[in-house]
Amino acid sequence: MLQQLEGSRAVAETVARCRPEVVCAYPISPQTHIIEAIGAMVKDGRLAPCEFINVESEYAAMSVSIGASAAGARAYTATASQGLLFMIEAVYNAAGLGLPVVMTLANRAIGAPINIWNDHSDAMAVRDAGWIQLFAETNQEAADLHVQAFRLAETLSVPVMVCMDGFILTHAVEAVDLIDQAVVDSFLPPYEPRQVLDPDDPVSIGAMVGPEAFEEVRYLAHLRQLDALELIPSVAEEFAALTGRASGGLLHPYRLDDAETVIVAMGSVLGTIKDAVDARRATGERVGVLGVTTFRPFPVAAVADALAGARRVIVVEKAFSLGMGGVLATDVATASPASGPELATVVAGLGGRPITRRDVEGVLGRSAQGTLPRLSFLNLDEDVVARERARMAASRRSGPFAENVLRDLAAGGANR
Amino acid sequence: MTETRVHFYQVGSFAVGNRLLSDADRTVQASRERTNSLDAGHRACQGCGEALGARYALDAAMRATGGRLVAVNATGCLEVFSTPFPETSWRIAWLHSLFGNAPAVATGVAAAMRAKGRDDVRVVGQAGDGGTVDIGFGALSGMFERHDDVLFICYDNEGYMNTGVQRSAATPPTARTATSEAVGADPGNVFGQGKDLPRIAMAHDIPYVATATVADLHDLERKVERAMTFRGARYLHVLVPCPLGWGAASADTVRLARLAAESGFFPVFEAEHGVVTGVRRIRRRVGVEEYLRPQRRFAHLFAGEGRPDLVARLQLIADANVERYGLAPEEE
Repeated sequence: MLQQLEGSRAVAETVARCRPEVVCAYPISPQTHIIEAIGAMVKDGRLAPCEFINVESEYAAMSVSIGASAAGARAYTATASQGLLFMIEAVYNAAGLGLPVVMTLANRAIGAPINIWNDHSDAMAVRDAGWIQLFAETNQEAADLHVQAFRLAETLSVPVMVCMDGFILTHAVEAVDLIDQAVVDSFLPPYEPRQVLDPDDPVSIGAMVGPEAFEEVRYLAHLRQLDALELIPSVAEEFAALTGRASGGLLHPYRLDDAETVIVAMGSVLGTIKDAVDARRATGERVGVLGVTTFRPFPVAAVADALAGARRVIVVEKAFSLGMGGVLATDVATASPASGPELATVVAGLGGRPITRRDVEGVLGRSAQGTLPRLSFLNLDEDVVARERARMAASRRSGPFAENVLRDLAAGGANR
Repeated sequence: MTETRVHFYQVGSFAVGNRLLSDADRTVQASRERTNSLDAGHRACQGCGEALGARYALDAAMRATGGRLVAVNATGCLEVFSTPFPETSWRIAWLHSLFGNAPAVATGVAAAMRAKGRDDVRVVGQAGDGGTVDIGFGALSGMFERHDDVLFICYDNEGYMNTGVQRSAATPPTARTATSEAVGADPGNVFGQGKDLPRIAMAHDIPYVATATVADLHDLERKVERAMTFRGARYLHVLVPCPLGWGAASADTVRLARLAAESGFFPVFEAEHGVVTGVRRIRRRVGVEEYLRPQRRFAHLFAGEGRPDLVARLQLIADANVERYGLAPEEE
């Protein structure tokens, strides 16, 4: 039954139906509504048995999750942005120990400058941590991905991060069909750990490993990621058979069949891009979209297949590696087929800057004209940048540059 | 008829020998039923106080819980010397995650057990002083204030010994470490810094806080067992001399722990719900110099003309402990 639900509420209701046994909460926008809702469900007894723990930091949130998971409990937490960075040591540790924690990441920019709005910098910062990273396009998919996430995590003994765009999805009210408890129960069996802290069968977990075995242990973790590439599509298919919904999987191709130009992107911006592609298709342009749902493990072969007929590939991404360029684009380049399409990276939507259909159509237009650079920043105000560069050249003590840019803008660009 | 108190003095240790005690009062280690939680064959240094303390503490915890125990370990000597892959000295369920998160991981284990209705399984978290008073402090304080059902044990050797003897917030003033060298006008660690974690723990109003040393293992065992009679967050701070870091003879580990207590420099007490309920009074008081001299980390206090001014300041710390906790010998 479709209901009008805030994205965070849809996720909270779905996570509760996955019957987590330990949920840790440390507040950070825009993740707060998720843990608030789960906390209320535990407190009023709707979600039981479940321990809801208000921890003192994100580092503790992931650490409590590690302990709970190692003791055989289904563990869940949620975070965003600075919170993810604060827990990053434990994020790596959960993956290294092979603990199937599931975490929602309400994608948000990373400071400085502090910014609470959406981009993908946080998720990119942990792409090498050994977590499966799934990106939701809609609130429906965000909710559904959590059910699949627990299934994937527990099957593979690998933690899974469900990434959903902060505010754009977490705080947006959309029609969502919440999955029935009975369906979840049939899809997600009780957690059966490979390793567990049990006084009746004591094991040591977390031993020191030296050079004689470290590479093999890490390689085994890599193999589990490769196993995930096989498992993720079959889990999505099974889910689709139960629900009729095409949530999850490796990729979401859209109008790719004869597409000469393909935009690759992740998350909620895909809706806007599809609208733009529909508009260009109506004028006869052969354009399509490749949505990346599974960012880690990166589906190299599937991306290569999907882009096999493309002449131009444009990666629109909400993050970048400073001093280098696109992050997703680098992976796409690695996966690019031998036909060698032209690859352009468009960094867009940083810190919550809107990406409109008109913007995307502009990008497609520039690409068609051959004027889209290999790396560009969408709607970058180059005048503002130039004026700050001039101030820095003019005075050693030019001051904090973020504040200078704000002052410049407040003065209508007259602060020269 | 007047009553005569009998003292069982043996080998100058003032410890009561097991054979003179009733079966019920004998140590866990004296029992063939002991778990050997931390088994032989690990790679701790000769005379390691931490290995000694951990062995007694965990075997006592195992006895107190009927073997229903999970241990969570911070990174540090205890973790490194006990589990060089693929070997392990742990005969109990044991988890190591990170350096600074052991209290939170222990919380997670306890939460999982509660969610699963396995309240019989108890949780011990353990770390050195670095993992407790420094990098793990936030997580520990969080675990305390939530009253999570965890006994956290700090094996305090007063520095980062695993990484090569650096200063921690538990390093005493004037002690030489690799980051508080015995050079300059104020050699060694400075005065006026550091954390008194047992008192900080008490301020959290948790049900049980105690200190102990490896000089009185019976006392240590008793405190572990006492701690296990409470639910909620409990804290045990155990002084464990480190031959390497302290520059002391391996054979002197127990003697130094005893001198730390007998000088008053390390107060041994226990507290329930924030109130001190018992102290281990000094039997034969010694000056701090007797404690400091055998340790090379304090050698600069006694070389050449020495630094009697600094020794006097350290004595003031011991005197303050004796005063604060009422540690003075009964017949002094």
